[in-house]
Amino acid sequence: MDNNANRWSRIWPPVVVLAALLGIWQAAVAFSLVEEWIVPSPAGVVQEAMKPNVWPRLMEHAGATIRLAVIGFAGGSAAGFVLAALLHLLPGVRRGVYPLLILSQSVPIVILAPLMTMLFGYGLLPKLLLVVLVCFFPVCVAMLGGLAGTDEGLRRYMRMIGSGKWTLFWKLELPGAAQSMFSGLKIAASYSVLSASIAEMLAPKLGLGGYMVLSTKGFMPERSFAAAILIIIVSLALFGLVALAEKLVIRWRPAKEEVKRDA
Amino acid sequence: MLEVRRVSKTFEGKRGVKEVLKDVSLRVAEGEFVSLVGPSGSGKTTLFSVIGGLEKPTSGEVHVGGRETTGETGHVAYMPQQASLLPWRTVAGNIELSLTIAGVAKKKAREDALEWLRRIGLDAYADAYPHVLSGGMQQRVSFLRALLSPQRLMLLDEPFGALDALTRGRMQKWLLSLWEQNRRSVLLVTHSIEEALYLSDRILVLSSSPAVLVEEIVVPFERPRREELWEDARFMELRGRIYRQLEKDGGEEADHG
Ligand SMILES: Nc1ncnc2c1ncn2[C@@H]1O[C@H](COP(=O)(O)OP(=O)(O)OP(=O)(O)O)[C@@H](O)[C@H]1O
Ligand SMILES: [Mg+2]
Repeated sequence: MDNNANRWSRIWPPVVVLAALLGIWQAAVAFSLVEEWIVPSPAGVVQEAMKPNVWPRLMEHAGATIRLAVIGFAGGSAAGFVLAALLHLLPGVRRGVYPLLILSQSVPIVILAPLMTMLFGYGLLPKLLLVVLVCFFPVCVAMLGGLAGTDEGLRRYMRMIGSGKWTLFWKLELPGAAQSMFSGLKIAASYSVLSASIAEMLAPKLGLGGYMVLSTKGFMPERSFAAAILIIIVSLALFGLVALAEKLVIRWRPAKEEVKRDA
Repeated sequence: MLEVRRVSKTFEGKRGVKEVLKDVSLRVAEGEFVSLVGPSGSGKTTLFSVIGGLEKPTSGEVHVGGRETTGETGHVAYMPQQASLLPWRTVAGNIELSLTIAGVAKKKAREDALEWLRRIGLDAYADAYPHVLSGGMQQRVSFLRALLSPQRLMLLDEPFGALDALTRGRMQKWLLSLWEQNRRSVLLVTHSIEEALYLSDRILVLSSSPAVLVEEIVVPFERPRREELWEDARFMELRGRIYRQLEKDGGEEADHG
C-alpha cells in the first residue's frame, strides 16, 4: 500500500512534464511557429506511422534493430564477463590490460563504425562486431572493478576458514560483483541500441537507423521521427529488462541501497 | 590443541622494518578457554593471522591438533570483530556455507544450522538476509557459525567490541552458556579485563611493540561461572593486577570500563 502510493508519487511528476512538453510541441506546430515540413507535430507522426503502408515496414525494421542490438549485447556482455573473470584470476596479465580498459572508457567506440564497414563490407558482421565491442568494454570494466572491490574483512574470514581460490571466486568475489556487473550491463544495454542504429545508418538497408536515413533523404520527416521514437522505445525497453533482471537476481538488498531509497 | 612455538613476525614496509610479535609461545589445551589481553596495536590480530595461517611467521611454528600447520589455512573456526556475514546469503545459508567449506556435508550443515538457530531463538530469521538483523543478532549468528564449524579450535577476535555495554554483558552470558554445552578450545582476544576474567580459564597478557607475553594468569573461579563474580574480592584483585601490568607496558589504551 504504502509502497504503491510511493511509486505513484514518483511516477506522475515526470509523466506530467512529458505530456506538457508534447503539448507545447503540438501547439508550436499548430500555430506555425515551426514549419511542419521541417518539424512534424506529434499527432502527425503517429498518424503517418499508423498508415498501412508504413506500420509493417516500421515493425520489420524495428525487428532487425532489436535482433542486432540484443545479439550484440549478449555477445559483448558475455565476452566482457569472461575476460573480466580471467583477468581477475590472472593478476599479472590484469596489470597490463586494466589501464587500457580504463582508457577505452573515454573512447567513443561508435567512431569505429565506418572502419568496420570498410573492413568487413555491408553485411551483418561489421554491424554486429561494432555492437559487441561497444557492449564489451563497460561490462568488462564494471565487472573487474566489482571483483577487485571485495570486502577485505569478508575475504579474510573466508580464507581463514580454509576457502581456496575457486571458493573465494564463486562464493565471495562473484556475488559481491553482481551489483557492479548490473551497472555495466545497464550501460551496455543503452549503448547496444545506440550503436546498432548508427551501424545501420552506414548501410541503410535494414533496421530503424537505416530507415531513418532514407526517410530523411526522401523528405519524409514524419517517418524519420517515428523511427527515432521507436529507437528510443527499444533502448528504454532493453534497459528496463536489464533493470528488471537486476531486481530479480539481487534480492538481498545491501544496506547502501536501503539508505539511498529512503533518502 | 593449539601450540604456538616461539613465533616472531616482522613486517617490512616502506617505513622500515616493524617487529610486531617477538618470541611468542602459548598453548591452549583441549576444551580450554584462554583469553589474550593487550594494548591496542600490540599485535593480537597479527597473532591470529599467524595461527590461522593467513600470514607466515618470520620464525617459529604453529601446531593445531598435534600437527604442524604453520602457514596453512582452514584449521580454525573464526569469529572476526565484524560479524562478516555474506550479505547475499540468508542467515542459515551463511552458517551452511562455512560448515561446508570446512568439509561438512551440505545436508548435515543445513540441519545443524536450523536446529541451532531454533535453540538460540533465531529460527524466525533463518531465511532472512543479514542486514535485517541487529548488530547483536549478527554477532550471535557469527558466533554460532564458529561454534558449529568442525574445526576443534575457535579464534574469537574481540567479538563484542562493537556492542553497547548492556548487550555486551548479555552476550557474554549467552556465549558462556553455549560454550558450556559444547566445549571447544577457545582463544579470545578482548580489550575488556572483566570479560577475560568472566569467561576464561587462563589469561595471557601481551605487551606492545613488539608483542611479548608478559604474564599468565590462571583464573581461579569455578564453572559454571556465577554472575556476582564482579563482587568477589579475588576478581577485584586480579583485575587490578592485569590493569597495572597493561599500564606498565604503556600501550595506546587499556579499556577497563
Ligand atoms: N600487513 C602489515 N604490514 C605492516 N604492518 C602491519 C601489518 N599488519 C599489521 N601491522 C602492524 O602491526 C601492529 C599490530 O597490529 P594488530 O592489528 O595485530 O594489532 P591489534 O593488537 O590487533 O590491535 P587492536 O587491539 O587495535 O585490534 C600494528 O602496528 C600494525 O600497524
Ligand atoms: Mg585487532
